[in-house]
Parts: sequence; C-alpha cells; structure tokens
Amino acid sequence: MTETTTQKPIPVTVLTGYLGAGKTTLLNRILSENHGRKYAVIVNEFGEIGIDNDLIVESDEEIYEMNNGCVCCTVRGDLIRVVEGLMRRPGRFDAIIVETTGLADPVPVAQTFFMDDDVRAKTELDAVVALVDAKHLPLRLKDSREAEDQIAFADVVLLNKTDLVTPEELERIEATVRVINPSARIYRTQRSEIDLGKVLDQGAFNLEKALENDPHFLDHDEHDDHVCGPDCDHDHHHHDHDHHHHDHDHDHHHHHHDHAPSPIHDVTVQSISLRGGEMNPDRFFPWIQKITQTDGPNILRLKGIIAFAGDAERYVVQGVHMIIEGDHQRPWKEGEKRETRLVFIGRDLDREKLERTFKACEVQA
Amino acid sequence: MPTVAPLDLEGHVVGVAFLKDIPFFAGAAGTIHRLDQGHKTTELHDGLLSLAYDEATDTLLTGGEDGKVMRVSADGTASLVAETPRKWISKVAAGPQRAVAFAYGKTSYVRLADGTTKEFPEERTVEGIAFAPKGLRIAVARYNGVSLHWVGMAGQPVDLEWKGAHTDVSFSPDGRFVVTTMQENALHGWKLDAKPGAEARHMRMTGYPAKVKSLSWSAKGKWLASSGAPAAIVWPFQGKDGPMGKAPLELGTRGNTMVTTVACHPAEDIVAIGYEDGMIIAARFADSKEVLLRRPGKGAITAMAWNRSGRQLAFGSAAGDCGVVDLAG
Repeated sequence: MTETTTQKPIPVTVLTGYLGAGKTTLLNRILSENHGRKYAVIVNEFGEIGIDNDLIVESDEEIYEMNNGCVCCTVRGDLIRVVEGLMRRPGRFDAIIVETTGLADPVPVAQTFFMDDDVRAKTELDAVVALVDAKHLPLRLKDSREAEDQIAFADVVLLNKTDLVTPEELERIEATVRVINPSARIYRTQRSEIDLGKVLDQGAFNLEKALENDPHFLDHDEHDDHVCGPDCDHDHHHHDHDHHHHDHDHDHHHHHHDHAPSPIHDVTVQSISLRGGEMNPDRFFPWIQKITQTDGPNILRLKGIIAFAGDAERYVVQGVHMIIEGDHQRPWKEGEKRETRLVFIGRDLDREKLERTFKACEVQA
Repeated sequence: MPTVAPLDLEGHVVGVAFLKDIPFFAGAAGTIHRLDQGHKTTELHDGLLSLAYDEATDTLLTGGEDGKVMRVSADGTASLVAETPRKWISKVAAGPQRAVAFAYGKTSYVRLADGTTKEFPEERTVEGIAFAPKGLRIAVARYNGVSLHWVGMAGQPVDLEWKGAHTDVSFSPDGRFVVTTMQENALHGWKLDAKPGAEARHMRMTGYPAKVKSLSWSAKGKWLASSGAPAAIVWPFQGKDGPMGKAPLELGTRGNTMVTTVACHPAEDIVAIGYEDGMIIAARFADSKEVLLRRPGKGAITAMAWNRSGRQLAFGSAAGDCGVVDLAG
C-alpha cells in the first residue's frame, strides 16, 4: 500500500545471557568483523562496547503488562519506542540486535515483535541467542530462574568459555542445556568465537525459513527425548560442536527413553515432544487454541510441523506463551512420512493431558 | 478549490509547523526545511526525534538522537537549549515564559528562561510531557498513569493513576482535562476540576482498531480529534464531564485505509484528516461535510499544521512527500 508498509521487515536478533557470559564479546565481534552488514544495536548500557558505532542506542528495560488481563502478555515499551525511532531512518542499517541485561526475561522482548502492531509491521524477530558461561552455569541455575528461562527460550545457545571446564563438566553442562531446551542449536565456543552465520540471519521465528535453514527441524527430539547425562551410553561426537546437523543417526536405538532427570539439579523447565499421525484440523485447531489459552502462561516456546489429513502441504506452527502462529510451509515430498511433531518447552506442563488430548486430534483410522 | 504546493523531501517527516506564516518541515534525519522565498534548510540534529511548536515565541523546539534540544526561529537560525550526549531526546514541550521541557530515561527536565534546569524523576520511563495551559505545571505520561508537577515548587507530584502504559499526554486548552494515548488502542482522560478531595474522574475512550498516535484539540477545546481508526474519532468535551457517556463523532470514514494524523482548524469546528495512503481531507463537525485537500501520495501522513489564519495547511509524510494546501486556491 504505502512505502512504509511494503518495506522488507528488518531482522532482529536478541542476545541474552548472564552477566559475564560473553554477550559484549560477541557483540564486539559482530560489530567489528568484516561482513558488509550494518547493525543497529540496542543495549541497556553502553558499558564495554569498544566499537564506535553511531547506531548503538541505550535503552532502559521497560516492561509493559498489557491491559487484557493476561499476565504473560508483556512487551518491552522501550523497544517499541527505540524501534519506531530507528525505523524512521531506514537504510542506515540492515538488521537490529537487542542486547538484554543478564537478568532480563527474554519473553517480553520476543513478544514485542508479535504483539505491537507498529513494531511487527516493520521488523521481524530473527532469533533469540543465549550465551551460557559453561563454568558458572550450575551456580546460575541454582540461584536464578532467569538463566534457565534464557536457555529455554533460545533458538541458538552458545556454550561459551568451554576452556574453563573439563571435558566431563562440559558434557554435563551441554546435557543440562539440552534438557532445558531440546530444540535449540548448541555451539561450543571460547571467547564467543563463532561463525556469525550461525548466529545471525537464522529466521528462527519465520515459519518458512526456520525449516529451510534447518532441514532437521524437530528431528532433534529423536535423540533428545532422553537426556545425555553422564550415565548415557551412546557415543557422543563432540569433535563437531554443530552436532545437530550431523549425528542424527547415532542414537535412534534408544529414543524411547523419556526425559531422564537433569544431570544438574535445579532445572525446572521441561520439554514435551509429541508425535502423531495425520491430524483432523477441526479437532487440532480448537485443541491448540485451548492449550495455549489455558496453559499459555506456562509455555515458553512451542514449535511444530502438522500433517493434516487431505492437505498436500506441511503446516507449521510456533508460539510464545499465548501467542500462536501457523501457516502452510511447503508441499509434502514424495515418500516423506506424513507425521505430526510438536514440542512444548515450559513449566508445570501436564504431559499426560497433552499426550492424550493431542492423540485425540488424530484422524481416526 | 484548494491547491497543493508540493515539497518532495527524503525520508520520514517528524513534524511540520508555521513560524510567522513560513511553513517548516522537520525530517527524521535531522534537517529542517522551510519554504521562505524558496526551499531553505538548516542542519539541526543527527537524527531528529521530537518537535514542538512554541506559540508564545513563534519558534520550534526539537529533540534529537544526538542528545540536543534546539530552538529554531522563523529565519531558520537555531540555538542550543540543552545537551546530554548520546541520550535520545524523544519528547520536547514548550511552556510559558520560554520554559522548555524535555525527557530522557526516567527523568523530565524543565529548563527555564534564566538558564536554571529543574529535574523531575519518575519511577518509570517518561513517555510524554505537556505543559498546562495556565501556570508553570507539567504533566508527565509514564507507565500506570500521569504525574503532575508544579515546576516552581518542590513537593510531591499529583499522581493520576490508571493501569497500563501511557505513551503521550495532553491538556485540554481550558486546563480542565488531561488525556493520554495508551499502548493499548485507547485514550484515557482525567477530569482535573473535580471538587477538592474528590477522586479525579476517569474517562476511558476505547473502541479504536489501532494505537492512537495523533491528538488535536479543536478551537477553545470543545472537541478532541484522534487518529487510530478508519475515521477521525472526535470526542465532545463541551460538557462539564467531558465525553463521559457520550458517543464520538466519526468523520471522514474510509473503508480501506486508516487515519494517521489529525489537526483541528484554529478557529472553525473543522478537522484536517490525514490517512495512511497520503490522502488529506477536511471535515466539518456540524454536518460531517468533507472537502478533499490532497489526493493519496507516497506515504502515510505523519504531520499536519494550520497557519494562524487557518487558510493554509502544511503536511508531511512517512515517505517525505510534503506540501502546503492553500484553501483559498
């Protein structure tokens, strides 16, 4: 319609992580590496960002509860303001990075990009990247819920400072991260050193792109339905940190295991993976609506691929708390198994109820 | 038949105004353009965020991404009012006796003509500031309500409370009402002249399909026009209780686009209505009669201002296509 509405949405990457986890180091890498892209960065404090960049904007975290009676419907008022200001002068930058404070709840940040019409019209949440200090994670999980939330909510987790822990500790830490969030991509890093292509332009919230970029989307749970604790008997291929894309075949033999307790206590987030056949849309849509309405406050993230009976295309859904989006993605390929997969990450989720009601949405044979 | 003198600029236009009948256009990049026997410019900010017209002195106040607050005169000369490096000055307001209010973070500042600056801290970020029409008093919009501060007096502010995020604030011209725009699609109002000790009376103005970003009081404050719908929503404020229990006028209703900016005429009960597609009409309150002022353009209308006589209307858009409508033709 107008120029402003036809502009391509600007991708937004959210960096979370506890104080000292390496966010500033990563940010400095992003700003100084020669990748030909320009970033506007929204930070809580200018702090130690050593790069001189006109487009670093300081902003106080300002949580708004929406006046709709929903306690989980929170957005970041400061982001609404700053993004509006930035987007009045497009062309200065290709993407936006939001750095949150160590104690920040990533949910209002993400929800801002879904719930505010103006922000949503001009920008697009690309991915939430959590930095985890491998050395201090156990302690963090003991004393704060935020550290866990940040991991649970992330699309990409950088397990940083791996040089400060023993290989055994690292195994445990990674297993813990995986228990908290089975669908995130995990990379092991030192000094936040990472190929930026694995952090930026992920399209993790874009229903179509999320699957293009990650052909094994949700296949993760095939080997993540159980936890890779120290007592786990399968072979880990840790020479490749990017193991999501590679070693999918190493452990199918025991993917029936249910979630074992975390090797580190103090984990309160759980994930529930559901798998089924073709769904009846007349049952599935009311079901997912109801689940997100009633259990929304407890659901941090949900993602899924749905096979609807008689539908030639795959349907993908994703959600944050009570917000849920879905769309057709691409035609089912010949020979591709038409099955439905959903993963819920949250707290106090009723696994039995979810499984039972999910199954009831299947087309009866 | 109205005629349009166009002015094509680059980028988003934050505000427009007439200074001594010269139209001024403020671009988001920080340049101020004026049509004073030709197109003239003043480089003002590295990024212009906010603008307010100071009627008393016929000057403009601006705030920028560069932390500067500037005052601009009709001849285009600019002077620095205040500066806080690296802070975004997202709101400025013009007060009596050359007082200037601005804000960043959780604090409002009022700089007086003698050079002293008063600070008014809030618990939450300042979202909007307005001076009362009488007396040196400011209203500050923030999360969960509005604070009213007397600039010259120390003491506790009056807290006008209403749950939710208030994004801007405005006094009615008679000073009897304070109205805020909200993050949700609504306005909230408080009646200030309630009896001493009585609860400030609340007015909820809802039903908008989008956020309200533009408010304009009609001549003598009898009406409050607002954007945020496919029509200009105009609330009656003539009665002593304002719009309570009354329905608003809906002027200039269109089916396929939204009203983005409103500007009431300085003398008549007429409002200029700017739309998302760049069209502008004028509509009369009494009979809803409409006159087309400008056909659709490149971008959403973001700013409009009448000159003093009410014969000319300056406008700007999100895409930079600006101009002046002359009603006399």
